[in-house]
Amino acid sequence: MKTMASITKSPWIIHYDGSSCNGCDIEVLACLTPMYDVERFGIINTGNPKHADIFLVTGSVNEQNIPVVKQIYNQMPNPKVVVAIGICATSGGIFRDCYNIIGGIDKVIPVDVYVPGCAARPEAIIDGVVKGLGVLAEKQAALAKGIADPTVSGAYRYENGTYDGDGTFLPEEEGDTVIAAAEPQSTDDENGLRVKPAMTEEQEVDD
Amino acid sequence: MDTVLFTFYGYELHVSYLVGAVLYVVLAPFAGGLIAGIDRKVTARMQGRVGPPILQPFYDVAKLFGKEKITVNNAQDFYVMCTLIFMVISGVFFFSGSNLLMMIFTLTAASIFLVLAGYSSNSPYAQIGAERELLQMMAYEPMVLLSAVGFYMACGSFNVGDIVMSDAFSFKYLIGMFIGYLFIITIKLRKSPFDLSMSHHAHQELVKGLTTEFSGRTLGILEISHWYENVFLLGFIFLFFARGSLPYTILGVAVVIVCYFVEILIDNGYARMKWQFTIKSAWIVTLIFGGGNLFVLYYLQPILAR
Amino acid sequence: MGVITLLILIPLIVSLVLLGVKSDKARGSIVIAAGIAIAALSVYFAVSNFGGSVLKPFSSVDGVEFFGKYFEAGPLAEVIGNAMLGIEVALAILIIGLGIKYKKILAILLSLISTPLLVWFELTKGHEIAVGDYISVDKFSLIMVLIIGVIGSAICVFSLGYMKDFSHHHSEGKDRRPFFFFMMFLFLAAMIGLVISNNMVWMFFFWEITTLCSFFLIGYTKTPEAVNNSFRALIINLLGGLAFVFAIVVAGSYTYGAFGGTTNGSLELSFLLDYGSQYKLAATTQGYAQTTEPIVGLIAVLLAFAGITKAAQMPFNSWLLGAMVAPTPTSALLHSSTMVKAGVFLIVKLAPVLGVSNLFDIGPGFFVTIIGGVTFVFSSIAAISQSNAKRVLAYSTVANLGLIVACAGIGTAEAVWAAIMLIIFHAVTKSLLFLCVGTVEHNIGSRDIEDMDGLFGRMPKLAVFLIIGIAAMFLAPFGMLISKWAALQSFVDSGNVWVILALVFGSAATLFYWTKWLGKMTAVVPDRINIEDKVHKTEWGILGGLSALTLGVTITFPFFSKSVVVPYLTDAFGALGETTYEALRMDNLIIMMIMVVLIIVLALLFYGRTEKRIVPIYMAGTAAGDNLTYVGSMQKDVPIQLRNWYLGDMFPERLMNRIGGVVNGTVFAIVFGYMLYWSVLLYQLLRGGGA
Repeated sequence: MKTMASITKSPWIIHYDGSSCNGCDIEVLACLTPMYDVERFGIINTGNPKHADIFLVTGSVNEQNIPVVKQIYNQMPNPKVVVAIGICATSGGIFRDCYNIIGGIDKVIPVDVYVPGCAARPEAIIDGVVKGLGVLAEKQAALAKGIADPTVSGAYRYENGTYDGDGTFLPEEEGDTVIAAAEPQSTDDENGLRVKPAMTEEQEVDD
Repeated sequence: MDTVLFTFYGYELHVSYLVGAVLYVVLAPFAGGLIAGIDRKVTARMQGRVGPPILQPFYDVAKLFGKEKITVNNAQDFYVMCTLIFMVISGVFFFSGSNLLMMIFTLTAASIFLVLAGYSSNSPYAQIGAERELLQMMAYEPMVLLSAVGFYMACGSFNVGDIVMSDAFSFKYLIGMFIGYLFIITIKLRKSPFDLSMSHHAHQELVKGLTTEFSGRTLGILEISHWYENVFLLGFIFLFFARGSLPYTILGVAVVIVCYFVEILIDNGYARMKWQFTIKSAWIVTLIFGGGNLFVLYYLQPILAR
Repeated sequence: MGVITLLILIPLIVSLVLLGVKSDKARGSIVIAAGIAIAALSVYFAVSNFGGSVLKPFSSVDGVEFFGKYFEAGPLAEVIGNAMLGIEVALAILIIGLGIKYKKILAILLSLISTPLLVWFELTKGHEIAVGDYISVDKFSLIMVLIIGVIGSAICVFSLGYMKDFSHHHSEGKDRRPFFFFMMFLFLAAMIGLVISNNMVWMFFFWEITTLCSFFLIGYTKTPEAVNNSFRALIINLLGGLAFVFAIVVAGSYTYGAFGGTTNGSLELSFLLDYGSQYKLAATTQGYAQTTEPIVGLIAVLLAFAGITKAAQMPFNSWLLGAMVAPTPTSALLHSSTMVKAGVFLIVKLAPVLGVSNLFDIGPGFFVTIIGGVTFVFSSIAAISQSNAKRVLAYSTVANLGLIVACAGIGTAEAVWAAIMLIIFHAVTKSLLFLCVGTVEHNIGSRDIEDMDGLFGRMPKLAVFLIIGIAAMFLAPFGMLISKWAALQSFVDSGNVWVILALVFGSAATLFYWTKWLGKMTAVVPDRINIEDKVHKTEWGILGGLSALTLGVTITFPFFSKSVVVPYLTDAFGALGETTYEALRMDNLIIMMIMVVLIIVLALLFYGRTEKRIVPIYMAGTAAGDNLTYVGSMQKDVPIQLRNWYLGDMFPERLMNRIGGVVNGTVFAIVFGYMLYWSVLLYQLLRGGGA
């Protein structure tokens, strides 16, 4: 119970800018200012996924940053919560139809809280984070029972293996190191998250 | 009350020393955490913010202990554990009235274990942090040692117990040392302009520096060892004023509080400087204030003895 | 007498035998047998004499009993003395010959001055001076015998495997290993002779032999660089040798008459020390302006100068750094148990007559302390900029010797306690470090610290030994740090304020360069393949043994101090009215000892054990996932490279050497000016027929 309470009192944040126009990013940073002062809630902007509990993503996912978003997500220790900030992070927003845009963050990692807006207001962002705290508490309880969020696949060029005591990557089987970032797959991956192919004919026509 | 429990090759274990050591081991984490909480609150007020609750550091550590257990290799946790153990040992030396130099060397060992923990991860950001931490150590080490020597010259003993009970009012002889120590404690407390190695504020350049690869429980242990460290770093300031009587004790505590407030003010008033500035300024201050004080003390001592 | 003679004769005979042995197998068994014999004998000799007082096995009063036969000391000593003189002349001719061959005028010049001077002195005055004790073994000598016997022979045994690989790597030219082992064992014999000689002429003989041995060992590969560096070492050490000869001439020419009877010249070191101590005692009780007897002071300065050149203090440190061209066992030998230790041995031995009681008493001790202190701080800082492991070790040696020299210059019992402690710990640890680096170099093909990252994965056992060595050099609670602590305590107690400054800054630099190396070693780098199986068995044995010794000496030091070091100090300083011998209190030593055990236990219990899930390291979201590469532009894998800081811009090596050299050079200039003044005085004294 105690730890469950404490995690809601000390949510550390990592903020990642996908393909944002920087509008939402400025609003995120505004939350740190004396005006909004999120440190009231024990929130710290860490910049390090290994220390973070809440992943704030602004902007949508593009070809280049799929593995980046996935890596940050995977590197956060459980329990963790993803909050998509702004309409782009939620659905792709006005960039939705750009040739390089995949869509909202939930196309690549599971999102717990959506904060729409263009740009999202600081009040909305803080509200989103506070909503995330509830999810965090639930996940903390689940973790105590041994249930954790699975890692998403496709984060690393070399994966499906484990790491030994030296941090050496040990592939699961011969030849199963996959190149994920270079060739995005159009099919659903094992987490049920859709990944858009690099470029479709439709877009060619649109151009 | 202050009877000698047993003697060990010249070291006399007073009851008060034992009490001091036990109190330190038990209470220092609470005191340290509280100091950290007050620090954050005061910082927030200085910046016109409300700031987190005073108990925030405890919430943070409690949370860290509840996180998933991950690490990057099987060596790192050993070093972090050693950091905590040696930090506590050096604090115990301090509060049980033992040799000041022994305390400093043990503290150095603790810091080196921390640096090794950073190196061991073989991660770029952790390594930068480790190098910077090491550089900071090189910057402050001379002054710490000199202060100990200063105490010896002023009070005639390296033993904290003797210094505390000494008739000499150390501060009177050690003003230069005091200034020098205040300068380097800014590095030790990881305050701007010297927060090179693991600052939250530096995450654009070094993520979280030395602690980048620590997570969950490991980070929590490190946090606790910082609490332990900060308590006796402040105790060291108190030593300048200790004279074994109540008024001086009150004076000492008051000065510690003022000094810590000044440190917070400096932290908020400065941006982070380059590492070159850290080492140059620390060594120059050490030479001028520490070295100068030492020479003055040496030549004054025959006069003072009269 | 028996054992001490054997300790010189065995290495001597073995060295001559090895000169003729060509087969690996035969050499192997001879070296191992001789190594064990020398080590065992030195341990036996030391332990059996730890309880006793000063041993005088070869004195004109007692004569010599050896293998049941009795020899009159006088005639035998004369024969030995003449033989030594003959050998010295022959060696001088050899040096001159080599000097002509390689066009080294300075070497020729120095030989042409010192050898004829000594021969002239010996044939005229020296002949008539009665020598009481030719050999005198006090507890300090015993410690040195122990260091030379155990560590020196360990290094010789280690060389077997190392030199085999070495001649493989350098297959051009003929196999000169017989010559190598000849020199190594000769070195040991000369060192043991040196530390037990009481007659300064004998000591000088051994002194010159060590100079020549190091000359040949440094020039072993005969490359132009090796030849150059070996001559640099030779010239600097011959310069020291010249000072030694001057000291002998002065000591033998002066009439000592201040206390009791008159002595017309003396060549005995013990006499000089007694005489100087008596003067010092009188000076302190009766309030003389100077605490050092002028002539003894002059001799002490000359001998200390010889010691300083041999101990590679700034500005003479270049020879020791140049000596790095030699095969690593040579470096190990030079740095740990022989050569440089001969230099500090002599200076520490002189400590009772050096001594600087306060800043205004500018005695010989003052200048020795400055040289040592300056060398310590600047070579420590210079080591920061080095990435070549052997150069780091070399600078560290120079620095630590500087500390020893500074302690000896201070000349209180406490300071000498610290100095002896430093000698012991440094000898053990440095030999371990050099041999480790040598092994690493042969197996990974580089001695660069930057190439040692992840050594833990590639050579785990060796990395552990190397880590023990490095930790023992600077980290609490290990030996060298305790010694530094003791040195600090003695500096404070003797009121040497500015050496304290040198010590604190030098220590900070020391911390930096060792830790960053340690960091490289302890970094856990993935995908490293274990390549340790090529290391020879003898090498493992020696490395393991030395590591155990490094830890063992730290743990047992409190008892060692009580039983050996303090009795020596009581003998040497008791007469001076000093009562504090140990710089550190026993309780602190024991606490440190407990902490060493604690670290070992913690490491054994917890190192490398984790139940946590192991995840990849953070690389700003673009890690490739194998912990070795990240995804760069155009989706390319870019390997990460982690490099240490060397702060070359802030602490350039050349600048540090220059500052240290200039400061110490100025000190020397002042001292020699001072000495000139004294020589004029001496001349007047001699003309006047003594004081």
